[in-house]
Amino acid sequence: VAMLPVAAAATPVDDAIAAYTGGAAIAEGGVTITAPEIAENGNTVPITIEAPGAVEIMLIATGNPTPNVGKFTFGPGSGAPMIATRMRLGRTQDVLAIAKMEDGSFASTAVEVKVTIGGCGG
Amino acid sequence: MMTEVRPRIRLPRSASAGESIVVKTLINHDMESGQRRNSAGETIPRQIINRFTCEFNGVMVLDAALEPAISANPYMEFEAVVPESGEFVFTWYDDNGEVYTATETFEVS
Repeated sequence: VAMLPVAAAATPVDDAIAAYTGGAAIAEGGVTITAPEIAENGNTVPITIEAPGAVEIMLIATGNPTPNVGKFTFGPGSGAPMIATRMRLGRTQDVLAIAKMEDGSFASTAVEVKVTIGGCGG
Repeated sequence: MMTEVRPRIRLPRSASAGESIVVKTLINHDMESGQRRNSAGETIPRQIINRFTCEFNGVMVLDAALEPAISANPYMEFEAVVPESGEFVFTWYDDNGEVYTATETFEVS
């Protein structure tokens, strides 16, 4: 890949975050991610995200070829701002959950998941 | 190419009115990411469930926009409030335009 003569090229992860928050500030914490420290099979990594006070959660896999994993919007019938699912991780990386709060602010937490066998391609 | 799509839903056996219950759903689907290649080296086109929704008596519980990084046979677990007896409607939207729906009645005590 040729080097681009651009000083500060935004990464796909930066782009994904900015696309979601519109560049707004993101508070650290307030989101709980439960995921295995070590995932033997990157094809199916269980993850639970809880974010009290959130109306929406954006899940981003910072080390995947395409960072976005899913956007979960909680409606008026929701019992709690919580989602558990299974995701693909291509390699060891930080998984980032950004919560959009009722007042429109954002909060996020990241956890590292070590992946033994990657879940992309193959 | 794909086996018949069959949604699976798990709800608690009972709950009282106004309670929050855990809803578990799974649908069998390859979630072809669009990043894999076949034996001839050609990219296999993407075909995923790109959206999943759950409503109870017409009220939105969860609306999820899904990307190829969601695992095959997408699993979703979340909580729903059941103010009264009624019907859950679960909908999965496939890249190929197909829409799969499942309904479950739920009685509050």
